[in-house]
Amino acid sequence: MASAAIPDPHHAADAHSHPPTTTGLNHRKIAVWAFIGSECMLFVSLISTYLIYKGRSIAGPYPHEWWCRATNTIGKTAAELGTCAPAETFKPILNIPVTSASTFVLLMSSLAMVLALAAVENADKPKPTGTWENILRSSKTWLWVTAILGTTFLGFQAYEFTSFVHEGLTIRTNLFGSSFFTLTGFHGAHVTVGVLWLLALLGIDYKRGLKPADALNVDIAALYWHFVDVVWIAIFTLLYLIQ
Amino acid sequence: MANEAAHAADAHPADAHADEHYHPQWSTYWKVAVVLTLITVVEVWIYYIPSFVASKLFVPSLLIMSAVKFAIVVMFYMHLKYDHKLFRALFTGPLLIAIGTLFGLLFLFGKLAIRLGLGAG
Repeated sequence: MASAAIPDPHHAADAHSHPPTTTGLNHRKIAVWAFIGSECMLFVSLISTYLIYKGRSIAGPYPHEWWCRATNTIGKTAAELGTCAPAETFKPILNIPVTSASTFVLLMSSLAMVLALAAVENADKPKPTGTWENILRSSKTWLWVTAILGTTFLGFQAYEFTSFVHEGLTIRTNLFGSSFFTLTGFHGAHVTVGVLWLLALLGIDYKRGLKPADALNVDIAALYWHFVDVVWIAIFTLLYLIQ
Repeated sequence: MANEAAHAADAHPADAHADEHYHPQWSTYWKVAVVLTLITVVEVWIYYIPSFVASKLFVPSLLIMSAVKFAIVVMFYMHLKYDHKLFRALFTGPLLIAIGTLFGLLFLFGKLAIRLGLGAG
């Protein structure tokens, strides 16, 4: 225990240097991993709720099926509904092309985030000569890209929620609506927090510049951002693709 | 990637700082992004093949691809592949408990029992 608490001169000027701890690891990073572990449980409980309620709605609209409100019948195609008036016919509510695009946007935001962290970690190295190397080493650029991509994802989600409401699905319509909006709404709230966190980091970067000594702060924000991304990877498959 | 993995393995096991600090190079991050994009394209592509959607391979294929994407992001972007084992435990422990609870709940609510043929009796 005591030996672990002795500061290592090799790491004295290290970007991740921190006060001595019994584990030799930074307490803030341990805390954020514990937080992410607890968030795993939160999202798995919400996903469990969605999966348990899946297929148990007694009225539409439905995620992958056509629905005739007048007769309350469902079908894989519109033809399976028989003679149903167009005003009473509801198409499958999920829009896979739009969600695929938003998934791609969130995946790319994770790339931008990890490049932002790399840029901060290498901020004290000699300035590169090439344009591309300069872009790679610009933490402001990558933090902006991450925040913009995160905001784009939120825009896609706002579009999706609005179109669902216009098509007759709200959080109060049926079990699918309740569990879907709760799960994706919680995820969207997490993305919103992440974007605000990124904007705060950008504010610091513009005010005094993010140095390697700040790498841990960026690393913690990055861990949160990537976690939001992996949650969406699970949601995209379980909610949108599996019928 | 192999060189970087070797680099990580070279770190002294007792040196918690080294375990905590090693991050891959920029090129690795770009390669990972390409792999994630390709897997996503395949996921969406098979969604639009009716014969594959109707087959028994559809759901397992999607779950495997999703799990691979999840693992890639956690290992390379969240650096868990290179980080200290305590971080791995803090993440995988609750995740495994949560997944176990998920399967337990699905079983209790008849979602898995029907597939296993236990719900008919």
